Amino acid sequence: MTARVPRPALAIAVVSIGVGALIGLLVYGVKATGRGQTLDDAIAHGRRPAAPAVALPRLEGGARAALADYRGTVVVLNYWASWCTPCRQESPLLERWQRRLAKRGGTVLGVDSLDVTADARAFVREFGLTYPMLRDRDGETQRRFGVSGYPETLVVDRDGRIAALQRGPVDDAFLRRSVLPLLGEAA
Amino acid sequence: MRRRCAVALTAALLLLAPPTSALAATCPRASLPDVEDEVMCLVCGVPLALADAPQAQRERVFISRMVRQCRSKDEIESALVAQYGPRVLALPKATGFRSAAYVVPALVAALTVAGLGLAAARRRRRPRTSPRDDRVSRPALDPLQAARIDAELERYR
Repeated sequence: MTARVPRPALAIAVVSIGVGALIGLLVYGVKATGRGQTLDDAIAHGRRPAAPAVALPRLEGGARAALADYRGTVVVLNYWASWCTPCRQESPLLERWQRRLAKRGGTVLGVDSLDVTADARAFVREFGLTYPMLRDRDGETQRRFGVSGYPETLVVDRDGRIAALQRGPVDDAFLRRSVLPLLGEAA
Repeated sequence: MRRRCAVALTAALLLLAPPTSALAATCPRASLPDVEDEVMCLVCGVPLALADAPQAQRERVFISRMVRQCRSKDEIESALVAQYGPRVLALPKATGFRSAAYVVPALVAALTVAGLGLAAARRRRRPRTSPRDDRVSRPALDPLQAARIDAELERYR
C-alpha cells in the first residue's frame, strides 16, 4: 500500500517549484545581462586579466580587425559614440596621445558603439582622428568589458592583458599614469 | 520675349514635376510615433517612445530623416537593424535567454489552463449533495446527548 500525498501539500509543492524556477530564471537573467564587477575588482587588486576577444568591422569599411591583431602593442581601447558629449571633449586628447604612442609601440583603438555609421564618420572627420576605428553596432563587445556608459577606456598591455580602465572620460594624468609604464615593458 | 520664356519654363516644370497628390499616394505613411513604440533606446533599455537620452535623440533624428525620405515602417525598422543590430527592435528575438520572454508566459498560461481544467474536472466528479441530503447523511444524535441539548435549550426560553 502506497501512502498518498495530501492534496494541499502537493499544490504547495507545485507552486513552490514554480516560484523557485521563476526566481532562478530571474537571477540567471540578471547575472547574464548585468554588468560584471570582476574586471574592475581584478584591476583594483593589481591583477591584469586577459582582455576578452574583440573582432569587429572597421568604421571606414573593409576587413574586420581584432584586438588580438595588436598583440605586442600597448592599446588604449576607447569606447565612444558620436552623440556622447564627453566623447567630444576627450577626442582631441586621445588624438594627441595617438601621435605620441605611434612612435613608441602603442596605439589608441577606438570602438564606436550604438551609433549611426554616417554620424560616427562625420565625428572622426570633425576631430581629425587618425587612430584606427572599429564599429560595434549593437554594443555586443562592450558587455565583455563591463562598459555601460560613454566614454570608457581600457589600457591593454603588450601581452593582451587589461592593465587599467577608466569608466568615464580620460584625462592626461590617467594616460600618463597607466600607459607610460607599459610602453617600457617587453612583450 | 523674357516673359514668354518664363511662362514656357514654368509650364515645362509643371509638366515634368509629379503631381503632389500622386506623390502622397505612393508615399507610405510611417510616422515617428508609429515607429517609436516598436524600437528600443539601446542605452536606456526602454522603448524609444519613453526615452530621452542623447542616443534616443539620435535615433529619432535617424527615423525622422527616413520618414521624410518616404520610407515605409518596415524599411525604417530594417535600416535601424542595419545600424544598431536586431536588439533595436522592441520585440525580442526568440533566441538564447531572450526566448524566456516567450517561453515563460506560454508556460504560465499552459499551467494555469491545466490547473483550472483539473479543478473543474474534480468539481464535476464530486457527488452533488443537496442541503436535505446533507441533513440525512448527518449521524444521528445519541438520545442522551439529544436530551441534554434539549434541556439546555429549554433554559434559554
